[in-house]
Amino acid sequence: MISLSWYLIFAAALFCIGLFGVLSRKNAIAILMGIELMLNAVNVNLVAFWRYVNPGQITGQVFAIIVFAVAASEVAVGLALFISIYRRRGTIAADEIDLMKW
Amino acid sequence: MSVEMIIFLIIAVATLGSALMVVTTKNLVHMALWLIVVLLGIAIFFAMLSAGFLAVAQVVIYIGAIAILLIFAIMLTQRTTQEAGSSFNSNWRWGILVSLILFAGLFIILVNWSGISTTPPNLDSRASVADIGVALVEPNAFLLPFEFASVLLLAALIGAIYVAWDRRKV
Amino acid sequence: MTNPLLSISLWFSNLLTGWGLPSGLVAVILGIAGVLITCVFVLVLAVFLVWVERKVVARFQDRLGPNRIGPFGLIQPFADIIKLLIKEDITPNGADRVVYNLAPILALAAVLLIWAVIPFAPSVLGADVNIAVLYVVAVGSIGTLSIIMAGWASNNKYALLGAFRTVAQMISYEVPMVIALLIPVILAGSMGMSEIVNDQKIWFVLIIPVAAFIFLVTSIAEIGRSPFDLIEAESEIVAGFHIEYTGMKFGLFYAGELLHALTIGALFATLFLGGWKGPGVTLPYIGPFLGVFYLLLKSFLIYFVIMWIKYSLPRIRIDHMLAFNWKFLTPLALVLLIVVAILHKLMVTLEFSYILYIVIMFFANIVTFFMALNLVKNYASNTRKNLGKPPEVVVIQTNPKIDQPSPVTSNS
Repeated sequence: MISLSWYLIFAAALFCIGLFGVLSRKNAIAILMGIELMLNAVNVNLVAFWRYVNPGQITGQVFAIIVFAVAASEVAVGLALFISIYRRRGTIAADEIDLMKW
Repeated sequence: MSVEMIIFLIIAVATLGSALMVVTTKNLVHMALWLIVVLLGIAIFFAMLSAGFLAVAQVVIYIGAIAILLIFAIMLTQRTTQEAGSSFNSNWRWGILVSLILFAGLFIILVNWSGISTTPPNLDSRASVADIGVALVEPNAFLLPFEFASVLLLAALIGAIYVAWDRRKV
Repeated sequence: MTNPLLSISLWFSNLLTGWGLPSGLVAVILGIAGVLITCVFVLVLAVFLVWVERKVVARFQDRLGPNRIGPFGLIQPFADIIKLLIKEDITPNGADRVVYNLAPILALAAVLLIWAVIPFAPSVLGADVNIAVLYVVAVGSIGTLSIIMAGWASNNKYALLGAFRTVAQMISYEVPMVIALLIPVILAGSMGMSEIVNDQKIWFVLIIPVAAFIFLVTSIAEIGRSPFDLIEAESEIVAGFHIEYTGMKFGLFYAGELLHALTIGALFATLFLGGWKGPGVTLPYIGPFLGVFYLLLKSFLIYFVIMWIKYSLPRIRIDHMLAFNWKFLTPLALVLLIVVAILHKLMVTLEFSYILYIVIMFFANIVTFFMALNLVKNYASNTRKNLGKPPEVVVIQTNPKIDQPSPVTSNS
């Protein structure tokens, strides 16, 4: 049988890959995708704990649904900001947008 | 090696491989497509964990909305010529180091924790969608986070439209 | 035997375990066999659909349609398929090979996946999940993804523009479709298709007709058929996102679109027309076959209605289409959902009789729809009134008899 640690190690690996994506990519949308990977890893973690520890209590799934909502709104606002920045600066590479005010 | 373990290993390897492709590909649209493979893998994991509603909600929300939004944004913000140079910034070695240290730490903790159970407890009934629905609107349960999430989504909707509004055209 | 599938699968699994295979592997093999049988059945239907489409459009346009190849032109689809198969398989220069070739496969696969949850007979069902309605929405969104892949991978500006518009239309029309799908879920108390079919003592289309209307209209827009086919019209955008596809890849898109229309028919039949219900489905031996027959009959009826709409109405412009969705269908669907939910809870708690329940629900639907139509009518007539007021023009006319210029105001 699959023990809980398998799911948790998978989630940890996905989280670390997402973290690497956030820390080392230039393009802002690539950073946002790394954040999405991290949020999905957290979701797998939550649902695995719900299933293996106390499936009678629906808290784990509700938490995961709220994380869905937060991730969706974050992506929407983030991409709106990127499009706005692209219109102004012509680039969304994270190391070229380094002036607070010009 | 039961069938479940084989399926778990195949899907886990495929998902982690696609996640590695997400963080290393140079072509942005390919990156979005690999992300969609990762999201599908996560949906399969949710289905394996008997969270059927979450599996389907994952496909609808992430693949049906977020991934398409990402692809639209990529196409709207790409320069006509491909970006020259590497897709990594100058700190990528530190990024690998931090990720590996974090993974090693988590791995050691998870393997040695005694609270890890091997068999999941039995699920009694199949009516878990109704349970989620009741939990989301019951005042003693999760009504307040539900309402906050609604307000958050409304704020994100209005904010995104306002930020991305093209003032030159209007 | 009322359960032919179970008997066949038991016999097959006994056979396989008799050969010495482990039980997990037997389950996987049975699953794959079930998938193959469903896919083959549905794809054979798709081939037949090509013939149906061409004959019906011909009759609508007062001509005969294909009648040379085979009796009544029945071999025509095979001629079409052979023609598509022997065409040259092109990948355009600069196109993204993998994505370009994957898009039509994904488009057809997304349609086939929906057939897994449609109940054919009381016990003949691919996968009896209790979230089947949401599963249908999820799979529809995978189909949307394949279109944007096709449009981007073609390395063609028209294709990309067409793909953008298509995806905008599809994700906009998903919103009222999901809301309209929730209404039979409220009535049946579950999202599972077999529960919804079992709950229809009286067909839901007679109880909640406006929800059925919204579902039909939004589904036609989802599959991109006329009158919502601006995205692939040849005179508008040069065939849109599948402009660079030839041969069998185009065949996959085309068959996928026709099959999607039949799938919408099957979904509508399951959710609103009672699915496999009909006289005689509980008889022991012929029951399941009668169930399949009734479901296909109802699906083809709705498919005929979809074709009827396609060949009678002109195309709608993209901004009208989106305005129709966001300003009419979505508020109507939301208001209808609230009205149905409140009435359902009230009537179930107060234990009204079933006839009274049906009558009140039906009238609530009609009243909501007519109020919405009145709002739209008032808005349209106000717009027209303000549009029809011409500006006042002063014209100076010289009359030769009186020999004096006289200003005349004219409201032409």
